[in-house]
Amino acid sequence: MSIVTSWRPRRGRNVELLLLIFAVAIVVLAYVSVEGATHGTIPANLATMAGGLLSIAVAFHLVLRFTASYADPLLLPIATLLNGLGLVMIHRLDIAEGRSITGGMALRQLTWSALAVGIAIACLLWLRDHRTLRKYTFLAGASGVALLLLPLLPFVGREVNGARIWIGIGPFTFQPGEIAKIALAVFFAGYLVRTRDVLSIAGPKFLGMQLPRGRDLGPILVMWLLSLAVLFFQKDLGSALLFFGLFVAMLYVATERIGWITIGLLLAGGGAVIAWMLFGHVQTRVLLWLHTWTPEALAASDQLAKGLMGMAAGGLFGTGLGRGRPDITYFAESDFIVSSFGEELGMTGLFAILMLYILLVERGLRIAIGVRDGFGKLLAAGLAFSVALQVFVVVGGVTRVIPLTGLTMPFLSSGGSSLLANWTLVALLLRISDQARQPLTDMAATGPIPTVGARR
Amino acid sequence: MNAPIRRLSVLATMLFAMLLLSTTWIQFAKAREINAKPDNRRTLLASYNRERGSIIVAGEAIARSSASTDELKWERSYPLGELYAHVTGYYSFIYGAGGGIEGADDDLLSGRSDKLFYRRVSDLLTGKAPVGASLELTINPAAQQAADKALGDQRGAVVALDPKTGAILAMVSHPSYDPALLASHNLGAVEKNWLRLLKDEGNPMINRAIAGNLYPPGSTFKLVTAAAALESGDYTQDSRIPGPAALTLPGVEKPLPNHDGQACGANDETTLLHALEISCNTAFAALGMKLGPDALQEQAAKFGFGKVLNVPMRVTASSVPTGMNEPNTAQAAIGQYDVRTTPLQMAMVAAAIGNGGEVMSPYLVRRVLGSQLQTIDEASPKSLGEAVSTSTARQLTTMMEAVVSQGTGRAAQIGGVQVAGKTGTAQHKVGAAPHAWFVSFAPASDPKVAVAVVVEDGGSAGSEAAGGSVAGPIAKAVMEAVISS
Repeated sequence: MSIVTSWRPRRGRNVELLLLIFAVAIVVLAYVSVEGATHGTIPANLATMAGGLLSIAVAFHLVLRFTASYADPLLLPIATLLNGLGLVMIHRLDIAEGRSITGGMALRQLTWSALAVGIAIACLLWLRDHRTLRKYTFLAGASGVALLLLPLLPFVGREVNGARIWIGIGPFTFQPGEIAKIALAVFFAGYLVRTRDVLSIAGPKFLGMQLPRGRDLGPILVMWLLSLAVLFFQKDLGSALLFFGLFVAMLYVATERIGWITIGLLLAGGGAVIAWMLFGHVQTRVLLWLHTWTPEALAASDQLAKGLMGMAAGGLFGTGLGRGRPDITYFAESDFIVSSFGEELGMTGLFAILMLYILLVERGLRIAIGVRDGFGKLLAAGLAFSVALQVFVVVGGVTRVIPLTGLTMPFLSSGGSSLLANWTLVALLLRISDQARQPLTDMAATGPIPTVGARR
Repeated sequence: MNAPIRRLSVLATMLFAMLLLSTTWIQFAKAREINAKPDNRRTLLASYNRERGSIIVAGEAIARSSASTDELKWERSYPLGELYAHVTGYYSFIYGAGGGIEGADDDLLSGRSDKLFYRRVSDLLTGKAPVGASLELTINPAAQQAADKALGDQRGAVVALDPKTGAILAMVSHPSYDPALLASHNLGAVEKNWLRLLKDEGNPMINRAIAGNLYPPGSTFKLVTAAAALESGDYTQDSRIPGPAALTLPGVEKPLPNHDGQACGANDETTLLHALEISCNTAFAALGMKLGPDALQEQAAKFGFGKVLNVPMRVTASSVPTGMNEPNTAQAAIGQYDVRTTPLQMAMVAAAIGNGGEVMSPYLVRRVLGSQLQTIDEASPKSLGEAVSTSTARQLTTMMEAVVSQGTGRAAQIGGVQVAGKTGTAQHKVGAAPHAWFVSFAPASDPKVAVAVVVEDGGSAGSEAAGGSVAGPIAKAVMEAVISS
């Protein structure tokens, strides 16, 4: 017996719109509170700012309504809120450093935000089905590695703050590693969906654990070497950790074999020990991490200590936006923007921000579970988990869970490449979620699954 | 592939849980500790945002904050700079608050103290800008000036106490420095001044009265030995004790001599009173051996030796070494060997004798004042216990009066006032001139002031000096200043 109902799946677009208005309202409130605390006035351009922000957000929302109407309704509001809060904090630091609006970092960040949102919209319009990306698996892989290694080239590569992860052409600088993250996630997903059957063949048993076959170790070793190369030549601990972690996680999802994680952890641990033994800068990082307050560590660098002092000054409820001294911390608008938020919004505010991230990650993983094709599952899981890893590496570094590395905080940190990459990431997740949440009856209308050159 | 994705989401949750924990650790559990780090610029800036309380002596501010136009909204000034340097200490943006009341009572001056909680709440409700508490000190400005002037260019320290309450009436340590050198907002100059003061071989930033160089007390310690003898019940001021020209110590080749190489009385015998009056080494060394190291130590402890005091600055504990053999005990009984004291401790010994045997806890802050100069807290004198009985105190007073009227301390005589005192000349280094000491109180029958003076290396008189001639006049000047004010 079956019950026939006229059930319509909830698309959540109205919820999204409501949340978007809410997110913009929070950002505007934060802006008013910064201006009130620093200048004692309500900003004159408030209406323009609020209107501009809202119209960008609503434009994105409308695109979703028409091209991905089943997309997850939480992703866009979360990204908007984080991006907006980051803007406010960067503006607040502009004021503290005495930078004018036109010469400040906030305006640059705003321009990049608009551009990033534009590219994300373009991405959604161009990519009507995420499975199309499978066609570009190896192109993505090649460009990912190329982007990753680009800063090592003479003339274009730039070393900033001891890490060679920037490229510069004329006055423009760019951190290609962020884009490489997405390219590599696409490549891993495409590659693993093809090879997962082989990679999950059981190998020898060791201590009750099923290990993979020795001859299948190739890919993970290649990734390991690539990560080590990033670490050694670019001195970029964070990216190395991120890429290798991302690969191992996706390998595990593809093969369902814990053995791969064990091997990954062993390789990562081995790499860390080798790096620690060979490189002075790694030893310094470890010293700063474990013995932050000792005179030797403070003599080497007090940037971590300064960040911690900022967070401690904030305490439970923070000094209030515009009322602390986050400008005392170095890189307060990029690597240490988390400390800046901790100082002015307190532990409570930082918790709220972390909650936004975990929500973003868990929604992403939920999309991975919901989507029906293997490629989509792997890609969504990989993208979502990369955000979790990155947040962990950044916040963990600032709060002494792990050694400090040089990654940016997604959406919050100042930096164009980071914004571009993360908005694109959200666009991809939105596209996948549209299919994940679409009822099967609607699927027929979108046409058959495109065939790709699978060798299986 | 869904099962591993679910596990991945658990892993992600765990990663975030770790971040929540680490954030809590920093912003909640360890926040106080991190905020209190000495080089925490935020804490300093926050304290500069609030008007810091003044330090007041007899109605006049010796440290005060005035509005400044730069980033640090308040600048600290010290109108009488060097005179009160070791009392006020310094308040420096780079080096924090230290060196005196500024450091020891930073919580009150900055307004952070829990004692000011209700005031803070009421300030919050009435919308008043929060202000730190002001502190009124027990210092007698006349005594402080007299001590400073009398000590002059000599290295050393002077402490004066009110024997009945323990209130500190004067505290001078030379060489001194001007705290304004460290309080300036010209940070480059401050750094230069700081390094210069640190390198200065006279160590001007050390408060010799309560800390830093502990001195051997020399013959002033004979007061403690005499007190132990009288307290034992076996002696009175008139008891006859041996006092040869030199005393052979068991197992030591070189005998212990008197300063003048003479016996202290006929037939190598003397009375306890006379022995103190002429500061007879052999008599007190023999007495010390007879009483034993434990008796000396117990008596010293009753006077406050071994105690760390906060006045509110931390006072280094004075000490009599443990496990002394006979020759060591003999040396300790005349204030040599490893007996080490602060001038404040010796002033407490004199004060206790003048106060009928009761030791009062020394203190420097009389009242804590709010922004309208209303009293928030007032010090009440606290006893540290009875060091000696009233009768012992009386006999010791008589003996000390003899020291000043006809003994080694004649330089401290004041016309029309009975002064009780004891001289000291402390050997501290082979070849170096001894430190000159003088401890006293006056008037002897109803003391208003007790003083300890130490002049390093015998001061200007060089190695010939006895405590009386170098340190005595300084003590006299301070006592006169207190009695006539």
